[in-house]
Amino acid sequence: MTAHAPPPPAPPIGLLVELTHRCPLGCLYCSNPLALERPGAELDGETWKRVFSEAAALGALHVHLSGGEPTARRDIVDLTRHASQSGLYTNLITSGIGVSEKLTGELAEAGLDHAQLSFQGADKETNDRLGHYAGSWERKRAFAGYVIKAGLPLTINAVIHRANLHQVGAFIDLAVELGARRLEVAHTQYYGWALLNRAALMPPRKEVEESIALVEAARVRLKGALVIDMVIPDYYARYPKPCAGGWGRIAINVSPSGKALPCHAAESIPGLEFWNVRDRSLSDIWRSNPAFKAFRGTDWMREPCRSCDRREIDWGGCRCQALALTGDARNADPACHKSPDHERIVATAMAESESGAGALRWRSLKNAAEPRAPAPPLADVAPR
Amino acid sequence: MNEITEIHAGSRPHLPRGVRLRRDEARARWTLLAPERIFEVDDTAAAVLELCDGERDLNTIVAELAARYTAPAAVIEKDVVAMLADLKAKRVLET
Repeated sequence: MTAHAPPPPAPPIGLLVELTHRCPLGCLYCSNPLALERPGAELDGETWKRVFSEAAALGALHVHLSGGEPTARRDIVDLTRHASQSGLYTNLITSGIGVSEKLTGELAEAGLDHAQLSFQGADKETNDRLGHYAGSWERKRAFAGYVIKAGLPLTINAVIHRANLHQVGAFIDLAVELGARRLEVAHTQYYGWALLNRAALMPPRKEVEESIALVEAARVRLKGALVIDMVIPDYYARYPKPCAGGWGRIAINVSPSGKALPCHAAESIPGLEFWNVRDRSLSDIWRSNPAFKAFRGTDWMREPCRSCDRREIDWGGCRCQALALTGDARNADPACHKSPDHERIVATAMAESESGAGALRWRSLKNAAEPRAPAPPLADVAPR
Repeated sequence: MNEITEIHAGSRPHLPRGVRLRRDEARARWTLLAPERIFEVDDTAAAVLELCDGERDLNTIVAELAARYTAPAAVIEKDVVAMLADLKAKRVLET
């Protein structure tokens, strides 16, 4: 018998680079890992450029320049230019803080294709309180103006949770007023920082449903003027999100220090060794790193995923959420109604959305924690 | 179709800044790259989009395609208008 090597995986479509974990904001739901990386550990510019070239050669089409706050890197214009010249569609994901009109113009000139600007609230008080940064409202609005003036398309990103759920309509108005072409109404996903702060963030189910209806009506009303993308809160969903489009299937993340990851929270899963772009090419990592193979495709699945007719739609949902909430990364994501733990997460969400919050943990280097801090417990429900 | 997405004979369709028609060699296809979105476009659609340079108006585009594909202009126009209106509604095409 001859051993056949499996075919190489299809190339990734998107590369998300966390250029730095430095950030002026302190959002309670930050998608960065709890163990924030220190500025001294960041890759140098030449290494990032090599990564961009390798991503383009591998077949990636989009690069998302993210952070932390990516413009905290002094070489952001240089990096943007190289990414663009490599043929990648370059997307800047920014808080807008500290980005001057001059810098915005330089980024546009360097080939930036698109800017995504976060707002934490749809008015000054809410925005500055939830971003944990006084004065950010005016700076963000100013940045939106610089983007439009530079002729770049603008997306407004609003992460939604209990403290700003009532502002979904106001976020839509804000996006229109600022001249955005696109709005993301992204309900918080509960990993990392958001999981620690879940009791303060979880919205009531009824209000979530009302906000979804509001967005759907606005989509019709604003057709051709504003595209609205929505991420539904998955504790209340029937099916899980296909996290990162499926593990090791379409996306690759790189941390500030160069660790290549299938998703931004992947380091929360023990037993996986993530290779570093300092030591290996992106192509080598994508094809050969055992951590990228661990949950790629469907071979790793157990029931109810293994025989599910949606296994190549949802890809089992999120491995990090399965681990955090059920104790095993190979289980079905409990956001799925077929998971035996689903009722417990719905009950937890409903209880937390009504009972209010414990202590808040604002995202900061000082508050950074071990990557595998335990998840808050799930509610008990009566056995079926 | 509402007013915003309507395409007129004199419309001069073009891709706005932030939308790029790109050959995706790794997957042997044409793509329209937009913010957080990738639209796969077939060869015919790519041929239409290559003419959407903001200089040519719809009549000119249809005439060129009708000549190239030796097809009736009315048929081409119907397909082109439907395709461009759809892209306009998705905010990846302007006129």
